Amino acid sequence: MRKSFIRLGSIAALAMVAAAPALAQAPDQTQAQADIVARGKYIATAGDCASCHTAPGGKPFAGGLSLETPFGTLVSANITPDPKAGIGAWSDDDFVRAVQTGVAPDGTRLYPAMPYPAFTHVTRDDLLALKAYLATIDPVSDAVETNRLPFPYNIRALMFVWNLLNFTPGEYQPDPAKPDPWNRGAYLVDGLGHCGTCHTPKNRLGGDKSSQALAGGALQGWYAPPLNGDARTGLGAWSADDIAAYLKTGWGGGQAASGPMGQVVATSTSQLTDADLQAMAVYLKDLAAPGGSAPAPLAGTDPLMQRGQALYVTNCAACHTETGDGQTGIFPVLAKSPVVQADNATTLIDVVLNGGHAVATDAAPTAPGMPAFGWKLSDDQIAAILSYIRNDWGNAANPVASSDVSAVRARPAAAN
Amino acid sequence: MGGKLPSTDVVIIGLGWTGAILAEQLTTAGLNVIAIERGPWRDTSTDFPTTYSQDELRYGIRLDLFQRPAQDTVTFRNNVNQTALPVRQFGSFIPGNGVGGAGVHWNGQTWRFLPSDFLLRTHLEKRYGKGFLPNDLTIQDWGVTYDDLEPYYDKFDKLCGISGKAGNLQGQIQSGGNPFEGFRTNEYPTPAMRQPYGPTLFAQAAAGLGYHPFPQPSANISQAYTNSLGVRMGPCSYCGFCERFGCGNYAKASAQTTVLPVLFRRTNFTAQTNSEVLKIELSDDGKRATGVTYIDSSGEVWEQPAAMVLVCSFSFNCVRMLLLSGIGKPYDPATGTGTVGRNYAYQTTSGVSLFFDDKIFNPFVGAGSLGMVIDDYNGDNFDHAKLGFVGGAAITSIITNGRPILYRPVPPGTPRWGAAWKSATAENYQRVMGIAAQGSSYAQRGAYLDLDPTYTDPHGRPLLRMTFDFHPNDLKMSAYVTARIGDIARSLNPKQVVGGPRTGPYSVVPYQSTHNTGGAIMGVDPKTSVVNRYLQSWDVPNVFVLGASVFPQNAGYNPTGTVGALAYWAADAIVNQYIKKPGPLVHA
Repeated sequence: MRKSFIRLGSIAALAMVAAAPALAQAPDQTQAQADIVARGKYIATAGDCASCHTAPGGKPFAGGLSLETPFGTLVSANITPDPKAGIGAWSDDDFVRAVQTGVAPDGTRLYPAMPYPAFTHVTRDDLLALKAYLATIDPVSDAVETNRLPFPYNIRALMFVWNLLNFTPGEYQPDPAKPDPWNRGAYLVDGLGHCGTCHTPKNRLGGDKSSQALAGGALQGWYAPPLNGDARTGLGAWSADDIAAYLKTGWGGGQAASGPMGQVVATSTSQLTDADLQAMAVYLKDLAAPGGSAPAPLAGTDPLMQRGQALYVTNCAACHTETGDGQTGIFPVLAKSPVVQADNATTLIDVVLNGGHAVATDAAPTAPGMPAFGWKLSDDQIAAILSYIRNDWGNAANPVASSDVSAVRARPAAAN
Repeated sequence: MGGKLPSTDVVIIGLGWTGAILAEQLTTAGLNVIAIERGPWRDTSTDFPTTYSQDELRYGIRLDLFQRPAQDTVTFRNNVNQTALPVRQFGSFIPGNGVGGAGVHWNGQTWRFLPSDFLLRTHLEKRYGKGFLPNDLTIQDWGVTYDDLEPYYDKFDKLCGISGKAGNLQGQIQSGGNPFEGFRTNEYPTPAMRQPYGPTLFAQAAAGLGYHPFPQPSANISQAYTNSLGVRMGPCSYCGFCERFGCGNYAKASAQTTVLPVLFRRTNFTAQTNSEVLKIELSDDGKRATGVTYIDSSGEVWEQPAAMVLVCSFSFNCVRMLLLSGIGKPYDPATGTGTVGRNYAYQTTSGVSLFFDDKIFNPFVGAGSLGMVIDDYNGDNFDHAKLGFVGGAAITSIITNGRPILYRPVPPGTPRWGAAWKSATAENYQRVMGIAAQGSSYAQRGAYLDLDPTYTDPHGRPLLRMTFDFHPNDLKMSAYVTARIGDIARSLNPKQVVGGPRTGPYSVVPYQSTHNTGGAIMGVDPKTSVVNRYLQSWDVPNVFVLGASVFPQNAGYNPTGTVGALAYWAADAIVNQYIKKPGPLVHA
């Protein structure tokens, strides 16, 4: 049933590309096509395609967004249906092959900044619906030169070797031992949602450390915290409802989405169905804690803690409170916060130095801001405050060194 | 450049409290709205972050958030026999500027006027007889009643999360609240603030004298709150930097903390900042506004056509915009005819300081609306038959701040500088509490606003001229109420009580209040009012005027609560009556 439905849709999609008289179609065909396009739009949202494939102020899906990678600059491609600059001339097979395996119709290889290692899990049915939706976008004829990497990374053929080392192709295979929501969640988290692109640590080639899936990753000046079951630094202390609320509203588990995750919430997860968000939460809550021992918290009598506490009370407590409890939906909770206790304090340091805004969503439109403290507090003071909040109220994490703050201060401000 | 822009449904002049509320309501109704704001865009964490929003020199002294006299000011005289001169440094009042307007820097004291305030002339003549009021008091009824406005007061409370204790819930008097207030459908959205020592002493003394103390209703809210638009506010930290400051803690209700986050997500809303409306354009017959002309920050002049124009700026600017645009007939005090500029009123304030040897206050624990109040001597809550005046005041003990530059209470006779002053300021900083009266200002025939014949703004437009002095009625009121404050003060056995009633003549130099009201007043008769009961211009029905310029006279309360209620009231009339059938909503 589902197969034949899709096939009909594909034919209709081709017909539209060829500018066939769509109005002449039978009403049920038109409706079927509309349903497929709507599904494709939802898939584009779940995959957050527009975020990378739209430049700031640019036309939707026309590409042109610069992506800074450890290897140099890549620019996102034009995926509008323009036959030359975009993907209008691609066949269904071309499209599926490109998204699932990172090989363009002419045989050139994509870089995994286009997260085909995750999208390989997306089903052909879903990809064809996505293609049908993209065919409805206004074509844009501006060509984009995507590869601006330096030698030798600019040699696309090298990705063949990279793929051998880092890429396992194949659509998602449901685990029959798991309930449907779990499988749906896995499909969304590991496939369409490509959460691991940020949240999984990378090896020296930029490939996933697959043994540490969703164990936290650093990129573009931010640290994407672990999504595993670690109670201190991951989602172990969050309920499934906390996770679903976070993805829907930008607020959950006492934390606010900001920076790149704020953008993901705004353009993608806040627009997904509650069932899909619950499914993602179910899957994430089933991820194991990696084990290993937490660092022992610094003693409250430690001079660093005492200094940090004094600075915290003066500068931070009016909003975040002296007990680190924050205020639901406006000032993030610091006590037991995975962000605060993250092994990698880069995000924490950046937010204190440069400030930030929580994302605005329909459900939580406030978008409160954290002021920048970089002009007011020295590296040493910020290190003391962060070391303090990482080790009071039941928190435990390595202290932050003044040099850690200096390093973040020295770099260009992260895009927030 | 410059030129004519595509037409829109609604132009709003000024994006403060009323502009934001109207924009929110009208975009919800599906209209395309463009708000044109003279000042800059302002956002909490960017423009008043906790890291420096408490800079008293920048904000409290140099008035960073306020209108610059070089940009626009008023000229002032006490009476028609004087020649008005421009106010070159704001003193008695300090108008706001920028997105959020005066709602950014207000104290947050949020009142409902008394039911009798809205029917003032009818009520007083009924109680005291027609001959009781002086002939030159031009007080009049509003054209709306408290009962009309109650649901809209409720809306504004829920927008702001106002903290307080109801005194009259659906007709049932509640202990701990204000027993004189009009009925409330609902309790305050958040509980009253926690009271510090000074207001607590005041309340005990007032209760001891048989009065009815209650907590000041406050827009510095007592706990985190999600408002009627889903916007989240934080709790007040009692830092004492409210009036003249933006709140970095998201704890003081303002357009920024309650409306703008939602409004700015709407595709049918546009804000044009750093752009000043020069005039409202009228059709050839002068009976319809066709839009506005504004000048942007690069000096380009644009015409923005619109089906409706809402005048939502500060009271002075609303009146001046009508006068500059030729909407309505200017008021002439000689004949008492004409309406625009009529019934300018103010606030009659006074206060005393109580110096103690044996009590320690912590004035740095403050907030703009942190304190206790009695309403026993406000409005017509007490019998005026033998007093020789009408009106009254809220008597308050509010600890707005103990800020380092301006809060330096010292006893009279202390040198103004030097070692003796330093010693006195150190000795007294924690040993003083205050009690103040916020009194009514009743409209009078000789107090009005018009265009100055001499002075112009940078665009060559005449400045607004204010002609005002305290009426003997209001000074008698102040003397009486301040004497009652003296009774309360003395019952606390302070070492010294300093201060006294308001005396004339009115001066624009010492700060008193930015509650400048009237000039575009509402009413039931086009001969004595500028706008009808829905705040719609009698003369140009697609123009509405919002804010305190519509008050026929001013009550003994801060105006913002009533300004907010009237904004919702007018929005309701526009959405549910005007849009369906554009034209006059009231036929004179």
